[in-house]
Formats: sequence, structure tokens, C-alpha cells
Amino acid sequence: MNEILNKLMPNVMNYMDRFVESLSATFQMFFIAGLITLLIGGCFGILLVITRPDGIKPNRFVHTLLEIVTNVFRSIPFIILLIFLIPFTRVITGTSIGVKGAIVPLVFGAVPFFTRQVESALSDVNPGKIEAARAMGSGIPGIIFRVYLKEALPDLIRVITITAISTIGLTTSAGAVGAGGIGSFAINYGQNMHYEDIVNLCVILLLIIVSIIQIIGNTLSRKATNKKLFEK
Amino acid sequence: MIEIRNLQKHFVTKDVNVHAVNDVSLKVEEGEIYGIIGYSGAGKSSLVRCINFLEYPESGSITIKGFGTIESDNGVLYRTDGGQKTRIKEKDLRNLRRSIGMIFQLFNLMDRSTVFDNIAYPLKYTGLSKEEIEEKVNKLLKLVDLEEKRDSYPGQLSGGQKQRVAIARALANDPKILLSDEATSALDPDATESILKLLKDLNKQLGITIVLITHEMAVIKQIADKVAVMEDGKVVEEGEVYEIFSDPKAEITRKFVETSSGLEKINKLIENRTVDLNNSDGRKLIKLTFTKDSVGEALISKVSRDYNVDISIVLANVDIVAENALGGIIADISGKPEDVNEALDYISSNGVRVEVIGR
Repeated sequence: MNEILNKLMPNVMNYMDRFVESLSATFQMFFIAGLITLLIGGCFGILLVITRPDGIKPNRFVHTLLEIVTNVFRSIPFIILLIFLIPFTRVITGTSIGVKGAIVPLVFGAVPFFTRQVESALSDVNPGKIEAARAMGSGIPGIIFRVYLKEALPDLIRVITITAISTIGLTTSAGAVGAGGIGSFAINYGQNMHYEDIVNLCVILLLIIVSIIQIIGNTLSRKATNKKLFEK
Repeated sequence: MIEIRNLQKHFVTKDVNVHAVNDVSLKVEEGEIYGIIGYSGAGKSSLVRCINFLEYPESGSITIKGFGTIESDNGVLYRTDGGQKTRIKEKDLRNLRRSIGMIFQLFNLMDRSTVFDNIAYPLKYTGLSKEEIEEKVNKLLKLVDLEEKRDSYPGQLSGGQKQRVAIARALANDPKILLSDEATSALDPDATESILKLLKDLNKQLGITIVLITHEMAVIKQIADKVAVMEDGKVVEEGEVYEIFSDPKAEITRKFVETSSGLEKINKLIENRTVDLNNSDGRKLIKLTFTKDSVGEALISKVSRDYNVDISIVLANVDIVAENALGGIIADISGKPEDVNEALDYISSNGVRVEVIGR
């Protein structure tokens, strides 16, 4: 087995330690940044929907503020955001490199995207259901959890999947500015040292990771949709 | 049960300012089925949403039995019992909404919940135990005759069944008032019939007061005791359903009454010149309305004999309105002009309303 691998990708085998390290850094960035994004973006998305003029808790100030922040950060390309945020990242985490230094820009890159996705998923919930919930005496938390999040669950799973995949993409970009992870492994060893097998492996690996996320997302979303709903 | 006084409600959108409810006052008695009819945009939806404060009126007050009087001062709600004016809390409004059931045109069920969970929705977080909720829901399922659909999802039900689930859900907290917003407008005639019957039964069995809004006079005719006709935010006519049907005063009320009576066809016939109004020598096209006191008399043949006039019936129709008969005849009467006039006077004196449609 080892012989075959040595033949197929000799350079990878030489840098196995670095490779495993990179993979683990990617997963760390992905899970930590992903979790924070899920929480912050989720809250922002919910806030955007409920503070709309026709929402359940209209609030012009909060709504406009969130709109502006989301739009500004969405329009900055991630690679520029990375550089732009370096001073801020240093203040928060004490460093701007490594996994620790990548979390802040990753969150800033993914939150606006996820916020919009959540907003659109929740906006698809039929307003009639909200009205019915209000008529039954539900308050704001009741409507958020029992109507919005519950009724939009299949869509939410779908947008979480999309965001997760795009976050994987962002972690590799972060690699370009010293965050570590598969991205920097591919650049530093594959590109700069002309070890093509390393680049190829990274591509295949990312493909596998993305496919796994997609498959999990699709399965969960389908489960949550419950086919029975659409039979007549 | 419900008393609404001088209610005002505007909607301001980008370019229009709609006066949705314009100085409406009305009183709904306990145990009554109170119909509110009007075309879309007449303000009936807004009016009914003010009753459970899904929408806040701008001014006016609403008294609901067991809850007291809530007054609106520029859209801010106050409780005004015992001379004191205290601002009402959102929590109080939620309690009020819990004690008023509401059903909707498009049912508004939670698609991702089973029938059981939909009906249990208003019962959760009310302090009831799981067993009590279970027992309650089963009872409600039985009440609306859907026991076997307990674990189905709304997507698997027909429109009529969905509305039954919505009714069960609306009744979960034993409300004394049920608001119905066009509850049968999205249903086929059979389902409409069965939902109306269910509402009537609930009204009789549980004594629940129902306020229903609709644009269909047939619904009013079938189950309502009283009706208010709305146009441009105002109540233009109000009263007992039978009275309104037998003697509509406002133009819009006449239109509504016509739509549910077989006699509207005469307009088509006149339009198509199947019935000719111009070929007249002493002929008149008349419309006779027989109310519950005069239905069933052999008036036509008697008049024809005694006054030496010919009466040919063009259209005739008997409606059941609020469980009473309401008859209508459109007939062509001819003879000497003075005979015709005397005959019509005689018919009028017998409690039959006479209208001359054409010469």
C-alpha cells in the first residue's frame, strides 16, 4: 500500500506531517468560523426579517443598520477583506496569522452571505402562518421558533449547506495570506515547489469534502421536507 | 358580546392612503352569527382584525365581554375600565387573542406539523400537561370529524378538511368568539356547505359567537343571524338577515341580494331582449317580493280574476334566508291601465312588495 502511494505521490508522502497539519487546520477554521457564522448570521437573518416594516417587530433603525452592514461586507472581495481586517484581527485574537488569525476574516466573509440566505429562506414562510400564530396568542419568540424556524427548516438546511461549502472555499483563500490549511499547503508546496501531486491531492480532497457536505445537506433537507407534504 | 364604537383605521402605503375602516360602530350579541359582507377592499378584513387587535385601530373603542373596554388613542391602546385609563400591555393582548378563535381563507396551517400538532399549537405553553393536551386535541378532532387524520400532514388533506383542522385549532382554547375571515371562499361548493354547517352546529352546540366576513351573500343567507354591509370602510346597512334580504335599502345591498337570488337573471333577459320592455300597451314588468308572512297565498290567480288583468310569470324563485322562506316573482302584467294599477295596489296591501321594473 505504502509503495503504491509513494509511487503515485512521492512529494505528498515526504510532507505527510505538513499535510495532516494542514488538513486539521482547515477543519478547525471551518468548524469554528462556521459555528460563529451560524449563530451570528442566523441572528442577523432573523432580525432582518422581523424588523422589516411589515415584520412582527418593525424597527427601522436596526433594519437599516443590518442592511448596510451586510451589503458593505458582501461587496468587498474576500481576499481584500482579509488584508483590510488584519489590524482588527490582531486586536481581537492577538495575531493575524494561523488558524486563530483566520477566524475573524472568515466570519466577516461568511456572515453577510449567510445572513442574506437566512433572510430569504425566512421570507418564504407564508405570512398567513405568521398571522395565524399571532391570532393564537404567540409572541415574538414563539413566532420565531415555532413558525419561522420550524416552517423554513428545509430551506435553512439548504442555505446552511451552501454557506458551509462557500466557507470551505474561503478557508483556502485565507491560506494565501498565511492562515495555514489546505489552501496554503497547495500554494506553498504544490505551486511554489512544483509538486504537482500535492496540488492534485488538494483538489481531490476538497472535492470530497464539498461532496460530503452537499450529500449530508441534501439528505437532511429532504428528510425535513417530508415527502408526505406534497402528495395529494 | 362585542361592541365596536366609532372605529377608524387607515393604511398608508407609498402612494395611497386607504381609509379602511371609517367610523364603524356595531354590536354583536352573545351567541349570534354576525355576518359582515362587502367587496374586497371594503374594509371588512381590517375591521375583523381590529377585534382581536391583529391590527390596531387609530381611534374608537371595542368592548369584549369578559375582557372590558379597549380604547385606541392615535393607535395606542388603553384599557378604560372603571374610569381609569391605563396603557394595555402586549401580554394582555396575547391573552385576549388566545380567547378569540380565528380561521382564515387559506387555512394558514403549519405545513410541517401533523394535524395533531397543528391543533395542539395554541395549547402548548399554556400550562397543560402532555396528557391533557392529548385528550383535548382528540376531543377537538372528534368535534370536527377528523379523528382518522390525526397523523396526516396538511398537504395530504382536501381544502374542506384543512379548514376543519383550522376550526379545531381555533377552538382549542375554548374561545367564546370565533372570527372567520372568508373561511369558505377558497372551497368548492360541497366543502363550503359542510363548513357552514359545522359553523352553525358549533354556534348552536357551544353557544360560540361567530363574526364572519365574506363577499358571498349565499354564506350570509345560509348561516348568519345579522348582517352588516360594508362599502369603502363604512357600514352602509345593518340588520337582521331576513329583513335585509326582503327589503334591501342601499344600492350595494341590492346588488348583493340580487347575486344570491335566482331573479337576477331578468337583467340578462332584458339585456338580450328576450323580455321586451318596449312593446307596451298597458303592460308592466313587475317584481313581487313575498316575505315570510305572505308566502304561500294564491294571490296571483285571485288578482288576475278579480281585476281582469293578465299576469304571466317570467321568473319565480323561493329562497331560504335565515331559515325562513323568501319568495320572488317577476311577472308581466297587462290589462287596462287603471285595472293594472288597482291590481298592484291590492297586491301591495297584502304585504307583498311591488316594484315596477319596466313600463
